[in-house]
Amino acid sequence: METPIEVSGLVKNFGRTRALDGLDLTVRAGEVHGFLGPNGAGKSTTIRVLLGLLRADAGAVRLLGGDPWRDAVALHRRLAYVPGDVTLWPNLSGGEVIDLLGRMRGGLDPKRRAELLDSFELDPRKKGRAYSKGNRQKVGLVAALASDVELLILDEPTSGLDPLMEEVFQHWVRRAKQDGRTVLLSSHILAEVEALCDRVTIIRNGRAVESGTLGELRHLHRTAIDAEVAAPLDGLADLPGVHDLRVDGNRVRFDVDSAALDTALRRLTELGVRSLVSQPPTLEELFLRHYEAIPGQPAPAEATR
Amino acid sequence: MNTLTGTRHLARLILRRDRVLLPLWVLLLAALPMTYATSFFELFPTDADRAAYAAGTARNPSIVALLGPVYGDSVGALTAQRSGFLLVIIALASLLTVVRHTRTEEEAGRRELLGGTVLGRYAGLTAALLVTYAADLLLGLLTAAGLVSTGLPAAGSYAYGLSATLTGVVFATIGGLAAQLTETAGGARGIAIGVLGAAFGLRLLGDTATHDWPSWLSPLGWAPRVRPYEGERWWVLALPLVASVLIAAVAYPVSVRRDLGAGVLPPRLGPATAGQALSGSFGLAWRLHRGQILWWSVGFGLLGLILGGAAQAAGRSVEGNPQLEEIMARIGGASGLADAYLGATLSLAGLAAAGYGVQAALRMRAEETAGRAEPLLATGVHRSTWLLSHVAFALLGPVVVLAVTGFTTGLTYGLSVHDVPAELPRMVGAGLAQVPAAWVLTGIAVLLFGLLPRLASVAWAVLAVCVLLGQLGAVLKLDRWLLDLSPFNHTPQVLREHWNATPLYVLALVALLLALAGLTAFRRRDTPVT
Repeated sequence: METPIEVSGLVKNFGRTRALDGLDLTVRAGEVHGFLGPNGAGKSTTIRVLLGLLRADAGAVRLLGGDPWRDAVALHRRLAYVPGDVTLWPNLSGGEVIDLLGRMRGGLDPKRRAELLDSFELDPRKKGRAYSKGNRQKVGLVAALASDVELLILDEPTSGLDPLMEEVFQHWVRRAKQDGRTVLLSSHILAEVEALCDRVTIIRNGRAVESGTLGELRHLHRTAIDAEVAAPLDGLADLPGVHDLRVDGNRVRFDVDSAALDTALRRLTELGVRSLVSQPPTLEELFLRHYEAIPGQPAPAEATR
Repeated sequence: MNTLTGTRHLARLILRRDRVLLPLWVLLLAALPMTYATSFFELFPTDADRAAYAAGTARNPSIVALLGPVYGDSVGALTAQRSGFLLVIIALASLLTVVRHTRTEEEAGRRELLGGTVLGRYAGLTAALLVTYAADLLLGLLTAAGLVSTGLPAAGSYAYGLSATLTGVVFATIGGLAAQLTETAGGARGIAIGVLGAAFGLRLLGDTATHDWPSWLSPLGWAPRVRPYEGERWWVLALPLVASVLIAAVAYPVSVRRDLGAGVLPPRLGPATAGQALSGSFGLAWRLHRGQILWWSVGFGLLGLILGGAAQAAGRSVEGNPQLEEIMARIGGASGLADAYLGATLSLAGLAAAGYGVQAALRMRAEETAGRAEPLLATGVHRSTWLLSHVAFALLGPVVVLAVTGFTTGLTYGLSVHDVPAELPRMVGAGLAQVPAAWVLTGIAVLLFGLLPRLASVAWAVLAVCVLLGQLGAVLKLDRWLLDLSPFNHTPQVLREHWNATPLYVLALVALLLALAGLTAFRRRDTPVT
């Protein structure tokens, strides 16, 4: 089975602005791949290049084994796309838009369409102008998830959905994965990515800065240790790989690199451990680590929390 | 909190947002009656000239239907009658302004943003009405002042000016009521314009029949019945005032009883599944364009009926004026003058049809910037197919509109000269002869969309230049090559005996090449460009 998405060294300029600066992205068949980055990092631009809407300035892009620009029409029949801001025709009903998009992709499954409408609680008879933001998103999601396609490209698809509908969305993405579909999920809702994605690519300023499974990413990063020891602490601060050491009586808290974890724990047990809590880094911490302390970059903490 | 709190701020916001549009229509509509008066003074210097013209006009049902009844043969009376159709435009501008600042705002959600601030319940509607009333009053006073400046009596001038003001006020209030009824601005405009159409129909019926009571029921019939310059009947001005108060008395309670964003009439639901026709790019384009094509055809069809009916009278209107009769004889007698009139009318329809073409082609740009093109182009539809499905209707629309205009013009003109079988095909042909020049404008719009999408609306400026070259070129004595830049200057006068069809083929070919160039550029460019 071919690799559905293979991007290497992708460059895209808009006038003098470089939106994508040598981006790499690989999405394997059958996986749900999280595409993470704050607003303006280049997620939507990458997706538009993948959809053959924008032409790449440099780099190699393969989509479902074809060239997304040259073979656009043939490739589009095998994928479904939901933009982050679905806009509808004011005088067409939601049901009409769902059927229209489905037919233009080459057909949708009527049974799954009905199930999706039911579980998303969407009234397909309302006119486009009458839907709220969240309901417009649902129209796009139903149209995409009811289509018989190999690849789903979802660009921040759940903006405007309430937590209940977020659950429904996650259920249907898992079902798509079970059916053997591949999903590229661009998002900045970290909980959603953590819940759904097999592998993750984090991008910053048009470049991929991390890529791998959540486990692999965590392995590259520090674990937080919170312990109570019997004897007064010494000899921990000089250990290589230990950071942010805070001592409060018999209680110690520090972060430690994965490579130094073993040594640090040995040192602790020598002192006599009374209690120990070890926490792998959350995705949020991984994410923030890449975005904090970068001059000129808007602090992403407010945007993601 | 007072129910009117914040009205002043909202009114100022409206004035700020409409600082160009509002003065434009007020000044334009106020200036026109003055120009009519000036030309009547020049064209008909003697009482006998005016009496003949007034009698001819009163005998012509098409003109009376369009402009209203003739109450006398003074310059003032003729000017007031000639300005009859301006009342419809004032009414339209007033109701559109009110809907624009009430329901459109609410639909867009901007009203909600303001609702969070200190605003009384009545402030929104009141501000929109007050600004429009003030504009109408200014319009009336300027009109009156302009008419007085031409030498017309003050009493009649103010009677006419105030009747124009109050016509605007009635329809502004109707717009305010309509805005409370529906959820969408489009629906509110539809209702208010429907009322305007019904008022026009009633007035038309009353003025052309033996009994004029239907005109007394129409808000458009009141202004002429004030009889400016012919023994003013001031009490008639009370009718629009009372009507406005009554309509407002309905609109205000409704505006409070409904929720923000909701209407009184329930929103219509659509089908839960798409019909067979809606299965691709062309099916969608048909859905998006069909309403426009229908309404343009209805509007132009009606206009053709009126203008075709007036043509023969236009040919005879110079009877009794030896100088004009001599000029007429040179261009082929009464039928020659009628043909010249019909040719000019249909070429104006050609310009309007070009406007349709530009508008329909720029629909693609609207789809692109609104984000509706992107999900479609990410399906199995080819870019060319998507573009061609819109261009097809941008090309077809002018054909339909002009064929309908030619047909209805030929019908009423044929009836008036008792030769429908000959005139009907001749007028349809004359209408269709305007198509290739209109297509060139469509082609320019498509090219701009493909090549310079951010500048696509420049196509409107190109059309405006063409209109100016056609209307003012001869007056300003511009060079021939400059006039020839406009495609409309190449459309042959097909109502004359001898004409050459070659320019029509050349224009169609140019249009085709422009559209193809646009298609090629669109296939190569990034989308969406915002």
